This record gives sequence, C-alpha cells and structure tokens, in this order.
Amino acid sequence: MSVERDVMEYDVLVVGAGPAGLSAACRLKQIAAESGQEISVCVVEKGSEVGAHILSGAVLEPRALNELFPNWKELGAPLNAPVKRDELHFFYSPQKSFRFLDFMIPKPMHNHGNYVISLGNLCRWLATQAEGLGVEIYPGFAAQEIIIENDVVRGVQIGDLGVGHDGQPKGDYTPGMELRAKYTLFSEGCRGHLGKRLIERYQLAEGTDPQHYAIGLKELWEVDPSRHELGLVVHGAGWPLSVTGTESTGGSFLYHLENNQVVVGLIVDLSYSNPYLSPFDDFQRFKHHPVIAKYLEGGKRLSYGARAIVKGGLNALPKTVFPGGALIGDDAGYLNFAKIKGSHTAMKSGMLAAEAVAEKLKAGSEGGDVLTSLPEKFKASWLYEELDKSRSFGAAIHKFGALIGGTINWIEQNIFGGKAPWSIRDLKKDHESLKLARDSEKIIYPKPDGKLSFDKLSSVFLSSTNHEEDQPVHLQLKDPSIPIAKNLPMYDEPAQRYCPAGVYEVVGEEGAKRFQINAQNCVHCKTCDIKDPAQNINWVAPEGGGGPNYANM
Amino acid sequence: MKALVSVKRVVDYNVRVQVKSDGSGVVTDGVKHSMNPFDEIAMEEAVRLKEKGKVTEIVAVTIGGAKNEETLRTALAFGADRAIHIKEEGEVQPLTAAKAFAAVLKKEDAKLFIAGKQAIDDDANQTGQMVAALLDIAQATFASKVEVDGDKATVTREVDAGLETIEVDLPAVITTDLRLNEPRYLKLPDIMKAKKKPVDATTLADLGVSVAAGYKVTKTAPPPTRSKGVMVKTVDELVAALKAKGLL
Repeated sequence: MSVERDVMEYDVLVVGAGPAGLSAACRLKQIAAESGQEISVCVVEKGSEVGAHILSGAVLEPRALNELFPNWKELGAPLNAPVKRDELHFFYSPQKSFRFLDFMIPKPMHNHGNYVISLGNLCRWLATQAEGLGVEIYPGFAAQEIIIENDVVRGVQIGDLGVGHDGQPKGDYTPGMELRAKYTLFSEGCRGHLGKRLIERYQLAEGTDPQHYAIGLKELWEVDPSRHELGLVVHGAGWPLSVTGTESTGGSFLYHLENNQVVVGLIVDLSYSNPYLSPFDDFQRFKHHPVIAKYLEGGKRLSYGARAIVKGGLNALPKTVFPGGALIGDDAGYLNFAKIKGSHTAMKSGMLAAEAVAEKLKAGSEGGDVLTSLPEKFKASWLYEELDKSRSFGAAIHKFGALIGGTINWIEQNIFGGKAPWSIRDLKKDHESLKLARDSEKIIYPKPDGKLSFDKLSSVFLSSTNHEEDQPVHLQLKDPSIPIAKNLPMYDEPAQRYCPAGVYEVVGEEGAKRFQINAQNCVHCKTCDIKDPAQNINWVAPEGGGGPNYANM
Repeated sequence: MKALVSVKRVVDYNVRVQVKSDGSGVVTDGVKHSMNPFDEIAMEEAVRLKEKGKVTEIVAVTIGGAKNEETLRTALAFGADRAIHIKEEGEVQPLTAAKAFAAVLKKEDAKLFIAGKQAIDDDANQTGQMVAALLDIAQATFASKVEVDGDKATVTREVDAGLETIEVDLPAVITTDLRLNEPRYLKLPDIMKAKKKPVDATTLADLGVSVAAGYKVTKTAPPPTRSKGVMVKTVDELVAALKAKGLL
C-alpha cells in the first residue's frame, strides 16, 4: 500500500523523551544559544505524555544535572528528598536478614549527596526546560521505522494511526509522517526496538561482550507518617532470590520520598536459570520481609510498573555511532550497575552526543556522516572513567552469586578503587541461561494477601495502561508455533511468568493448548524481547500514546 | 458563522484516580491530564460543521491555570482557528465558568456555543445550561446529532424514552453526548501548526466577571472496596449463604 506521508525536516531528531534524549535536546539548544547557531531540535515520544513511560527507582546522582542546569534549584527541578541515610541488608530467609555496617558496603553504593526522586517527574521538568529553550516535543507519537537511505540514517517514520487488528486501515486511518534530520539520536531506553535494529544493521556490538539485562518491578506507596523517614535509602540482596547460589541474582530497594511516599522494588537479573521463577511473584512476597513490611504495613499502594534494565556496562557497550546518528542512554547501555544508577550516565551520554552534533553542524555539515568525535568525547569524560571502574560488578554477581560476587566487588571498589588488575566478564546471553523445566524445581509462591501483596491484574490496573484495542498485536512472534510446540514442553513457557503484566497466557485443555497474547496489558518493559529462550518475540511500537500512564514513577 | 467551543483540562480517562489521604480532593500532581473527552466530541463537531461550510470560524476557550494552554493547543490541532485562555489559578466552579463563557460568547458575537455535556472530573453537567440561562438563549443538551441550517439548528437528543429531535433558534448552546461523533486522530503536522496559532489571554476581571463560590467541597472519599467473594461448593451452601444474608 503506498501512501502519501507528510515530511518535516530538522537539524536534530531525538527518539524518546527520557533523561538521555531530553538532556541532549537541552544541551543542543544551550550550545546553539551560546554560539549563535540555529539548531532545530525535535523530540518524539511514544508515551501519551512525557514521563508516562518512565520508570526508575530512583536515586539520582546530580552530577550530570549540575553540569546541564547548574541553577536547577532555582529552576524548580523536582529533587526534594536528599538522601539522609543508607542501609544495605542481606536477606537470608523470608524472616531473617543481616545489615551491613557502613564500611562493609562497596563504595559506589554510598548515596551521600544524591536525591530520591521520581525520574518521570524529572523528565517532565526537563521537557519544560527543553520547550523553554525552543525544543519541539511531540508525545503520543511512536517512531515505527528507521529511514535508511544509502546506508545512512535519515530519520524515522512515525507509526500509522487507525490500523485495524488485521493490518487493514480503518475509517480514521492517518498515515504517520516522516521526520527527517541531519542527525538522529536514539534514546528509547533499554532494548529500544529501533536501537536493536541499528545494532544489528550496523554491527555495532561486534567484539563486545553480550549485553545483560534485568527486570525491575516497582510500586509507589503512601505510608503511615510515623513509619516514614524522608531520605532513607534501603538496598538489599539475597532472598527472595538466591541466597548462596547463582540461580537467580538481583537486588531490592526501598526509598523514602516526599509526601509520605515510599517506593519499593525488586530487580531480577534476566540471567536467572529456573524457568519457574516469576519476578512478579518474587516481588510480591519480598514485601512481606519484616525489614520491608515494617514501612508498608497500613499503607496504600498507589502505583505499579516494571521495566527492563540494561546492565552489561562497559564490557557490553556497543559502538554508539553510525552514519547519521547515535545511540544514547540506555538504548546504548550506559547504566552504571555498581551504583545501580543509569539516569546521570544517560544524561551525560546525551550531553556528549549533543556536543558532538553541534560541532558538526557548526562546521557546516549537512549531516548523514559519522559522529567520530563522540567516542573520543566519551573516552575523555568522567562517564567513561566511572563505567570503567565498575566494569566487573554485574558479571561478578552473575558468576559467583550475591555473597561471593559482592565480596569481590567490595575488594575491587574499596581496595583497588575500581582499578583492579582483572576484569570479570560474563559471556553467556540472558536468553540462553534457562534450564529445562524437567531439570528445575517448581517454585510455589504464596497467595497475595491483598494488603502487602497483590495479584498481577490488579497491579497492572494501577499502571493505568491502555492501548487502542483494534490494532495489530505489537508483540510479534517470528514463528507462532514455538510457544506451544517448543517453549511449553521445554520451559513450561516462561513468558507466562516473566511478563510482569500478564500479557502471555497458555490457555485451553491438554492437547488443545493455545498461546494467548493480551497485548493491551503491555507495560512496554521489553522483558519478553530479551528473555524468550527462542528469541521469537519481537517487541514493536504500538499505536502512539498506548502503554502505561505512570504518575510519579 | 462563528462557533465558540469550551474545552476543559481534566485528569486523563486512563488514569486510575487516587483520593488524597486527607480527603481534600484527588491527586492531580504528576498525573496525566488531557482534554475532557466530551469536549473532544464538541471540537470534532465544530470542525465537521466548518468542513460542511456551516461554520466559518472556530474559537476555542478555556478557563484555568497556565497548564490549560496545552488543552487549547489540542483544540487548535483539532482545527480551531484561534483560542482564548481565561487565566484563573484558583478553583473554578461551573457558575464562574458559565459567566466567563457567556461574556466571551457575547464579546465574540458567536452564534453557536458547543460544549461537552459534562466534564469527567466533577461530572457537574451544568456549564452549558447556565450559559444559555445567563444569556437567555436556547439550549439543546445531550446532542447525538446536529444539523445547522441558516439561523436554526436541528438537534437530536438522547433522552430516557429514546431520541428527541428539537429545533432551536441561533444563537444557541449545544452540549454533546458520547454518540454524536468519534473524534479524529490528531495529526502530527496539525499539532505542529497548532503551536503557531494565536492564543489570546484574558482574565475574569477583563471580562467583568466575579468568581462565584456557589458550593464548597467538604469531603472526597474513594468508593468502598468490594469485599472478597465466598466460594460455595453446592447449591445448598449457596442457598444457606443467601438466607444468612437475608437475601432469600
């Protein structure tokens, strides 16, 4: 079907209004103002508004923000809860735990000088700053295709609106427009669906270690004021994940925000091996641990969400530049896993890309070439130094488990200051780590009590997720027979459990089983795209504006 | 003929609304807002009337704080020619809004005032009717079909008994019901163009309108949660359970 598409041209196009994309947009306009250049910048965002798809802990290290807006306080940035106290616990049973003394904590996990924030609200604020600087931001429009001409990225095509579930145009069919730019910066976040294609197309990951991921689940609670301690940061490892082994690793967090709000979350590394593991159910039972429950009891759950996290660090960082653009933020994988923080690194990567682009434009470039100075700028920045110091952190935990891996990390960070003479690498891909169901022990999760723990559907309800019902399924199976023919007998189809939103179900009687995809529940976390053992699920952007509507997440 | 369309910024219909813990209202900070869906229908109808040549100019109007400009931009993307922002940071009750819209309608000499039948946040369903009363003009509420011919409008209304068709003289107030139309998708080029369309700011004082505090919200409470169901194994058990509750 050939359709006429509107076209708009910009100097710079940014795909995704998260911390990286918005920082890049702001920095571009700042440089333009300083140097008297004209730079037109457009940001597209698939969420219904800026922040709607943003989900993070979050403890923010303000380093990049200080550089971008030194006067952020006067500008009213939503950093209202300075970290007052840090706790690190090791949970070794559903009831018992051990609290580390301060000197025992790996240095990158100290949070003095940082802030407990809602990253969604920080992005909303960044968007206001960006618009004030003259950036055009269009939420509710999903970049669907990359425009590549003669091997050069020229922009993106926005998804069509009004296409029925059968792929045929409906009465209100509206073709998506083409947004073209001299340089396109991709900042879709972890496992961006276009970023994934770019990495393949331009072989950007050649020679790097496999990328590693985790799934983070988070809830926002309003708690009893007497149980609230503004600025308290609690991190944990161990139960409900493996206490000694490496079957499942990850960590947990609980932060006290302003307004008697507390966020609680569990991060499960997607290198877990037991196909019966359910990150959602582990998160629900985790909240019953006395260390956590003491804050939440009597409180009210306000919101729920989940998002995949990219955590391979420097060893897995792909090349970030290609003709006509760059990958920035989590779309490339700048998260610092030792600090469990990716916001300041994402922001910095966006700012560096902005500088590289502005230089090119100043030199009169017509675009479409490679931003060769970006890798050099990265290498010379604190961002590289920081990621280099923590390059082994995640791999050590994957390979040796929370306790021994954690000890290695303590030695690396506190004795060698991150400059240990070794580098621990993890070469096994996350989707290859599952054991067969018959070799695995079934996990029996307790029933939710409706007070601290809840079922999946009532949780998804709190994410305010919505998709236009009559549209093509945006979770595409390359081979529709695999879930029932292969994944079910081999792994008891793990999608039923790793999906935090109940999208995947195996329904029907023995012998007539069917794989059902409830795409309208999807919270855009991308876990299925990463963890499916057959790599058979391809996440593509649904109609713009669909997905969660996270508030204060 | 000029049409005035009022649009309101409300908490988005997809958002699960939370009541503040002190019962003073609902949480609106950090929550997604968008145009009241009934007002989208009003905008769509105005645009269709313009496409049919019945209306020559569409003016969108809203009342509220600075953020309400977003809603006006949405109206401009729908196809409004220009917009008026009545700036008021405080609480706006239906009577205040109605007085302000009546003043704008008069000033603009618009022949049609189209509004959503109600806003999904307070469900007041008052503003349109009040505008008609204040100006002593006709009203056709809950419209499911609108036809304009000369200085008359024929409006089909959804009433309990079915459909009622009435004819009103213009100027008139029309409030829109759910089945009047299906609002179109906003196109990105239209949203881009909307950024450049004019929005005039005004205030209640400029319009010679005072804030009308007709009522006070004393308490906001969430609906009671549904209590857990009981599983029964046999019909006898069910009958016994119903009897115990006095339902049988």
